[in-house]
Amino acid sequence: MTTDLIEQMREILAPFQGRQVILIPALQAVQDKFGYLPEVAMEEIGRIAGLSANVVYGVASFYAQFRTTPIGKKHVAVCQGTACHVRGGARILEAIERAIGIKAGETTPDLQYSLETVACIGACALAPTLRINEDTHGKLTTNEVEQLFPKTARQEEISNS
Amino acid sequence: METRLNNEYKILVCQSTGCESSKSDKITQALETQIKQLELSKNVQVKFTGCHGFCQQGPIVIVEPEGVFYTQVKEEDVPEILKSHIVDGKYVERLFYHNPVTGEAISLYKDVPFYSRQQRLILRNCGHINPEKIDDYLATGGYAALKKAIFEMKPPQIIEEITRSGLRGRGGAGFPTGKKWEEAYKAKEQPKYVVCNGDEGDPGAFMDRSVLEADPHSVLEGMAIAGYAIGTPYGYIYVRAEYPLAVKRLRMAIVQAKEQKLMGSNIMGGEFSFDVEIMQGAGAFVCGEGSALMYSIEGKRGMPRVRPPRSVASGLWSKPTSLNNVKTYATVPLIINRGADWFRSIGTEGSKGTAVFAITGKIANSGLIEVPMGTILREVVFDIGGGVQEGKKFKAVQTGGPSGGCLPETLLDLPIDFESLTQAGSMMGSGGMVVMDTDTCMVDLAQFFLKFCSNESCGKCVPCREGLPLMIDIMKKITQGEGEPDDIKRLINLGGTIRSGSLCGLGTTAPNPVLSSIRYFEDEWKAHVIDKICPALVCRSLINFYILPDKCAGCGICARACPVEAISGGKRMIHVIDQEKCIKCATCLEKCPDRFSAVVKVTGEHITVPKEPVPVGT
Repeated sequence: MTTDLIEQMREILAPFQGRQVILIPALQAVQDKFGYLPEVAMEEIGRIAGLSANVVYGVASFYAQFRTTPIGKKHVAVCQGTACHVRGGARILEAIERAIGIKAGETTPDLQYSLETVACIGACALAPTLRINEDTHGKLTTNEVEQLFPKTARQEEISNS
Repeated sequence: METRLNNEYKILVCQSTGCESSKSDKITQALETQIKQLELSKNVQVKFTGCHGFCQQGPIVIVEPEGVFYTQVKEEDVPEILKSHIVDGKYVERLFYHNPVTGEAISLYKDVPFYSRQQRLILRNCGHINPEKIDDYLATGGYAALKKAIFEMKPPQIIEEITRSGLRGRGGAGFPTGKKWEEAYKAKEQPKYVVCNGDEGDPGAFMDRSVLEADPHSVLEGMAIAGYAIGTPYGYIYVRAEYPLAVKRLRMAIVQAKEQKLMGSNIMGGEFSFDVEIMQGAGAFVCGEGSALMYSIEGKRGMPRVRPPRSVASGLWSKPTSLNNVKTYATVPLIINRGADWFRSIGTEGSKGTAVFAITGKIANSGLIEVPMGTILREVVFDIGGGVQEGKKFKAVQTGGPSGGCLPETLLDLPIDFESLTQAGSMMGSGGMVVMDTDTCMVDLAQFFLKFCSNESCGKCVPCREGLPLMIDIMKKITQGEGEPDDIKRLINLGGTIRSGSLCGLGTTAPNPVLSSIRYFEDEWKAHVIDKICPALVCRSLINFYILPDKCAGCGICARACPVEAISGGKRMIHVIDQEKCIKCATCLEKCPDRFSAVVKVTGEHITVPKEPVPVGT
């Protein structure tokens, strides 16, 4: 399993060998593939760049884009930018948190959903907005949130008991 | 009207992030398929374009040659547009733009007030050309400026022209572009770099993204001219990671420009070579700051450094670097083509040319606009922006992004230029403009901006790293009704310290929204601190929800919707909210049917309601 991971990693990172600008693009390439940065990524990228894994991790942890834990099948990014804020974005976030039962920054244990907030996806005319994977949804109301995140039978069961 | 199928029709469909979120790609597909089915392919061409700017009305479809402007088009509208407009020559009136004030239907693009009052220079091609086809850009005279620059002008001449034009950096700080280029040109060290800052991190701003998505070549052409002027073949363009479509279109543009010898080695057969590499940001607002951006390209943590040396002397990899904003580069070809005198004739004494704004928030016409510098705010908000949404009352407009300032109604006659906005306690910024109505709490909003800046602080300067959280703590107290009389003074003091004790633009401007909010909306602050009320009914600790006994019909919708089971009642019983349990999410207010409107939101007011549910009518 781990050797597999390292092999895949090396394949992704091969094009970066010997290039000057590599650290952030390499981290992005790995995250694109795995959805997050496994620990070995820091070591592998460090090896190519001639840096310690610590330095690589230091860079990765500085930028909001990089994650060190896996994300859910449906990755939900709720916009909390200014336009969304004044049009009720905070309440949309709360409604989603209630609907899928996790807080922003968390992933459901079954890896179905992960939830994060972003500051502006640049579709302000459609505020409040959110993105599920690549799909943007705009002009949201709490009613639409309920439709986007229908209660599963299991959740119903829990809330009824 | 006669059938005009002898005519050549062009149907332009906006396919930028805003409209694409509203599924405009489906419209393009449907048009293409149905045009084939109806055998109209000879006369009708479908063309997708970048942003038209009028995002509120998206997806937008324009039918040329008439220039008929269709708004909020859906896939289902496609058959009617083809059948009625194209085949029968009858416009589809129901898709016209309706003036929100008068209700009047407007059929033509050029008559829509949103556009007729703008002067679109930087956005000249946005919405009119296909950004994925270089021929479209060439047909508008694209790359003529680059040709003129490299074959007819010497670098000092170009720099002189740009300096004389009065062009100032469109990223927000407004540094004279010509001066920057001149210093980079004079720098002895090699290699030098031209960098384009497309790290548009301000929430509520999408000017740079729209230009990159709709007209990438204008930026590349500007960068190449800069490269020739300062004497370098190396260009970098740093684009926010959250803008995948902009990156995709830039990549295509670079490939196509290279194929046509407009980029790469020996451009147009001459001696000048220039290449651009795209760098994607990784989600750090502070990287919009020049020195942090360059560290980020180098693969380091993006933390600003002490200046001097300025980046024109020691920038990327400690080499001379000229960093400009997307819109600055997009302006350059225009100045080279049409001359400094022409550019100088637009705008004010100190601020030449035009300004692009992304106007959002509680505004009727959200979107992207461009006006000459010196245009008054009122004109932008009311004439172009169409005023406040849903007929509500205007309260404030915020310019300059999260570290700009909120300007009240009394300042609506302020001209938009670098100096006037700074004097008023705000700033030009890169072009975000957020409009607020009376439902927006200025204290809550100031807290929102402060939290944003605090989250994005890189942590290098102590006043910014530690001071902003302290300010947030005080504001938390205030919004929770625990403010003390001296808190406002404390905030002003702390803000001053952070302002003077931080290195970069983020820290020195982060207290702006709080300070300008206190300056212009002192009464609202005092209401929170002294009277413990939130006049805009936003701050949760200061508001309450009640169900009015004389209006409640006992339908039970609110009780079923309440996420915390704070509402008790039963069939035909007057429902009661348990104030202890209530989390003030406003779900009940939203769900209560309009015909009852039994739920109210109040601040500093107690409404007498039964302690427990009683039958309706008692």
